[in-house]
Amino acid sequence: MKNLPILAVLFLISCGKSVSPVDSGLENQVFHFGNGSEPQGLDPHVVTGVPEHHLLTSLCEGLVITNPKGGPNLPGVAESWSVSDDGLVYTFNLHPNAKWSNGEDVTADDFVWSWMRILTPALGSQYPDMLYYVKNAAAYHTEEINDFSMVGVKAADAKTLVVTLEQPYSFFIKLLSHYSTYAVPKDTVLAHGTIDDRNGEWTRPGNFVCNGPMQLKSWELNKKIVVEKNPFYWDAEKVQLNEMHFYPVSNESTEDRMFRAGQLHVTNVVPQEKCPVYMRENNPNLRIDPYVGTYFYRINTQNPVLKDKRVRKALAMSINRKQIVENVSQCGQKAAYSFTPPGISGYEPDTSIPFSPEEAKELLSDAGFANGEGFPKLEILFNTQEGHRKIALAVQQMWQQYLGIEVELVNTDWKVYLSREMIGDFQISRAGWIGDYEDPNTFLDLMRPNRGNNKTGWDNFEYDALIELANAQQDVDKRYEILNEAEQLLIDEMPIIPIYTYVRQYQLSSDVQGWDPNPTDTHHPKFVFLQR
Amino acid sequence: MEQKSQSLWSDAFDRLKKNKLAVISGFILIALIVLAIFAPWIAPHSYSYQNLELGAVGPSSTYWLGTDTLGRDQFSRILYGARVSLLVGFVATAVALVIGVSWGIVAGFFGGKIDSTMMRIVDILYGLPFIIFIVLLMVIFGRNIWLLFLAIGAVEWLTMARIVRGQVLTLKNQEFVLAAQAMGVRNLYLFFRHILPNILGTIAVYATLTIPQVMLLEAFLSFLGLGVQPPMSSWGTLIRYGVESMEEYPWMLIFPGLIFTITLFCLNFFGDGLRDAIDPRSSD
Amino acid sequence: MLQLIIKRLLVAVPVLIVVASLTFFLVRLAPGGPFDSEKAVSPQVLKNLNEVYNLNAPLYEQYFDYMANALTGDFGPSFRYPGRSVSEMILTGLPVTFELAFYAILFATFLGLIAGIVAAVKKNTVLDYIPMAIAMLGICMPTFLLGPLLVLIFGLNLEIMPVSGWDTLPGDKVLPAITLGAAYAAYIARLSRGGMLETLNQDYVRTARAKGLSEFKVVMVHAIRGGLIPVLAFLGPAIAGLIGGSFVVETIFQIPGLGRFYVEAAFNRDYTMILGTTIFFSALIIFFNLLSDIAVAIFNPQARS
Repeated sequence: MKNLPILAVLFLISCGKSVSPVDSGLENQVFHFGNGSEPQGLDPHVVTGVPEHHLLTSLCEGLVITNPKGGPNLPGVAESWSVSDDGLVYTFNLHPNAKWSNGEDVTADDFVWSWMRILTPALGSQYPDMLYYVKNAAAYHTEEINDFSMVGVKAADAKTLVVTLEQPYSFFIKLLSHYSTYAVPKDTVLAHGTIDDRNGEWTRPGNFVCNGPMQLKSWELNKKIVVEKNPFYWDAEKVQLNEMHFYPVSNESTEDRMFRAGQLHVTNVVPQEKCPVYMRENNPNLRIDPYVGTYFYRINTQNPVLKDKRVRKALAMSINRKQIVENVSQCGQKAAYSFTPPGISGYEPDTSIPFSPEEAKELLSDAGFANGEGFPKLEILFNTQEGHRKIALAVQQMWQQYLGIEVELVNTDWKVYLSREMIGDFQISRAGWIGDYEDPNTFLDLMRPNRGNNKTGWDNFEYDALIELANAQQDVDKRYEILNEAEQLLIDEMPIIPIYTYVRQYQLSSDVQGWDPNPTDTHHPKFVFLQR
Repeated sequence: MEQKSQSLWSDAFDRLKKNKLAVISGFILIALIVLAIFAPWIAPHSYSYQNLELGAVGPSSTYWLGTDTLGRDQFSRILYGARVSLLVGFVATAVALVIGVSWGIVAGFFGGKIDSTMMRIVDILYGLPFIIFIVLLMVIFGRNIWLLFLAIGAVEWLTMARIVRGQVLTLKNQEFVLAAQAMGVRNLYLFFRHILPNILGTIAVYATLTIPQVMLLEAFLSFLGLGVQPPMSSWGTLIRYGVESMEEYPWMLIFPGLIFTITLFCLNFFGDGLRDAIDPRSSD
Repeated sequence: MLQLIIKRLLVAVPVLIVVASLTFFLVRLAPGGPFDSEKAVSPQVLKNLNEVYNLNAPLYEQYFDYMANALTGDFGPSFRYPGRSVSEMILTGLPVTFELAFYAILFATFLGLIAGIVAAVKKNTVLDYIPMAIAMLGICMPTFLLGPLLVLIFGLNLEIMPVSGWDTLPGDKVLPAITLGAAYAAYIARLSRGGMLETLNQDYVRTARAKGLSEFKVVMVHAIRGGLIPVLAFLGPAIAGLIGGSFVVETIFQIPGLGRFYVEAAFNRDYTMILGTTIFFSALIIFFNLLSDIAVAIFNPQARS
């Protein structure tokens, strides 16, 4: 009886100390990836999130891949490509060795079929608009036409893909690193379901086939997904990692602890409270990378008070962005004075939003609400999350202090927040937009009239015309000029109030090499390896 | 009859007085309640004003228990948190009390078919995964404090009903009641004069013991992000923030955690003491 | 005994139907659907999605379809995870939660009984006060406080315990089991102490002592019944509480159990998943309450309802 406690302690101690996964991973080139949440699935035409993006980057490959050092995309499945003079026709030469993980060749026909799949309405893909730039693609998806052969994507031969666009979009190549444009193996998909069956079983371990540097080994729900080196990948020699383990850790503090205990090579986030501490103590594992995203507030421009753009500008000018990024979000974010994050692909927006409470007060006064008198209580809607609350609290205080406006904070759960935004049941709502590709269009397109993601009721046809003009412009510099005009118009009208530019904050083990920061946070496994 | 009730109460009170632990707990609780009620006058700072440049600092002469990451004074927040937590505790328990006691009394008093039907319903409800429903309700309908009271109260009333019914049944068959009935006393009179005073004790005991359960349930919901709506923060919310920052800013956890635990301790000890005082045979 | 079981099972069926129906309508009433996402879904796509999952049919039709399928054990596909069925997901998460709960109860009963018996036997001494004070602490401390504290001390500072995971690193089941079981250990300690105290004063125990049996025998053979009965009666409701507690523990320790699935499903409006898990948990609670009542009836023939 008396020995029991001692035995118990010894037993516990012996159970604990073992080789950490990071240590053993070094020897075996096994990468442990903190992936934030359980991925919905593996079908690139059906999923929508970031955890899925990480998985699909390792399992599949598109025509091009993101350049880890930033800049133009690198060849992927397409070894090379050429553009016609009028910028409308792209010819892709697929790599002769490009194969699926079951040894079959990747052909141009696979791409044609795959793009038909994502544009098939019954599949219910949420990203078909990535391909709307292709001729007649939108018409096919909205069922205006029913014949896919009218859509501008054709297989000239087994290894040559020809794409015809609606306009000479100069950013088209950038789209093609996004997973919605990936090809899926036609035979495999059809062996387990129809072309439009989103619940088909082709993505199960044992069935899943794709063309990336890794292949699917196992999937334990809510626990771990394991992928291993794909010997049929056309560039397999370059790939040094043997396996990658993806962990769906949704609790930030737990993930932080796991990293510190040597269970992960990279985390998905850094807990809010820890970021300033890690920054202060110069934690060598802390990474803060620029990210292609903007945190902003949407204004419901249909609201009787918010209709007046002077009111909107007053609201925007009385926010001390510097204070918010330094004292509230505190993780290296940058104050935003434009909607498009500056520097994307060389685009520098020439806009400003001065922090000027005096001017703001004047504007408000001009609009008829001197000192906030007569101004109805304003509501800020956001989804329940500490970070959003803190910012909303700060903004509430600022508007109250500088403008004399009373503000109420309303937080709801994620789904309710989304549905309220969608139907316009809000006055001011917190929002964030992460770009799908590295080009200002992924932001500016958002605010066009009748865009589902606009949600502000701001329908400006001058703006729309500018974007349309920019899309037709092949010369990059001229195009950016036009886009800048659009951006200035946007900031002048202020249907949205930019607050800060996102960063990707995470912890990275010093064993990880070849992991370069890039704005879309894409880290192709063939460049990554472990070394101490 | 009069004499019996009186001496019962004074007997119980004497026993309670002797239980030092219960007495101390009682005083602490009263002090807490007073502090909570007068919080707006006592609190040295606003519980919601953020001093962003200050951030989280440890205890000092200005901020007695330190500040949190938004520069808000912890002492004031704990005081206001007391209001919320104790309010939730008392009100939700009151809800459970009203439903449970009425249910139990009706079932026990009338007996027979009414009793078995009512208790059958209680049995059925016992099989429901209430936690699941509460989580669902909170997710769906938002964090409304009235909903919280109702939801939590709805979970706790079952035990109350069972106990009260049991007590009423026992009492009904006791001599003094049978005697009164024999003398032709009317039901209502019987109830208010003879039965109710005797179950008050049990009710008081279980109410006191339910309050900490309720407070823990609220803290649990706060952890999942479903508890009281900010800027009202309960102790549960404060503990949650404290846990997140416990390595960098331990005072954010220690003080709310300590006071929460002490309050629950006191409630439990006092409740135990009450139970021992009222029915010394029930030994724990 | 058989009567008891049959009666209970008969009650179980309407209960489950009520639970399922209530949940079904509750979830459907909620604002926010399963396909709402930050990237707005065009009405076209939404219509297609609703078509796939039969959400365009009138509500009562969906209800009857669902109930009919549920009776055969088919809870439908998960809305959030295309290609996965709810039953499949429940069957993946369930064994894990079970195992966790089992270890927690094992730990709780073991520790609780020992503490309770010792405290009862050594009433009003240090061996009574200290365990009972610690027990009180166990009851008053929330799981989400205890868990991270244990991880901080044993996982990060002393480095003898894994910080998270389940079945990945040796010893990673210890801290979660302890965290989940702590409060129950406390209750069991108090209950068994109470039960033991009552029994120790009973005539038959005094008789055993008078007959010259060793104190150990008296306690462990004769009196222990009194200590066990309240514990057995408690086990039923304890399981219900464990399910709630498991959400928290599974989140803190990254355990792929049913509790975590459920909370996520609620937040994601994964209708079928919510319904499936709710019905399942309900069935579990009924089952364990029944087991608990049977156990009590076996040990104490006097206590029949």
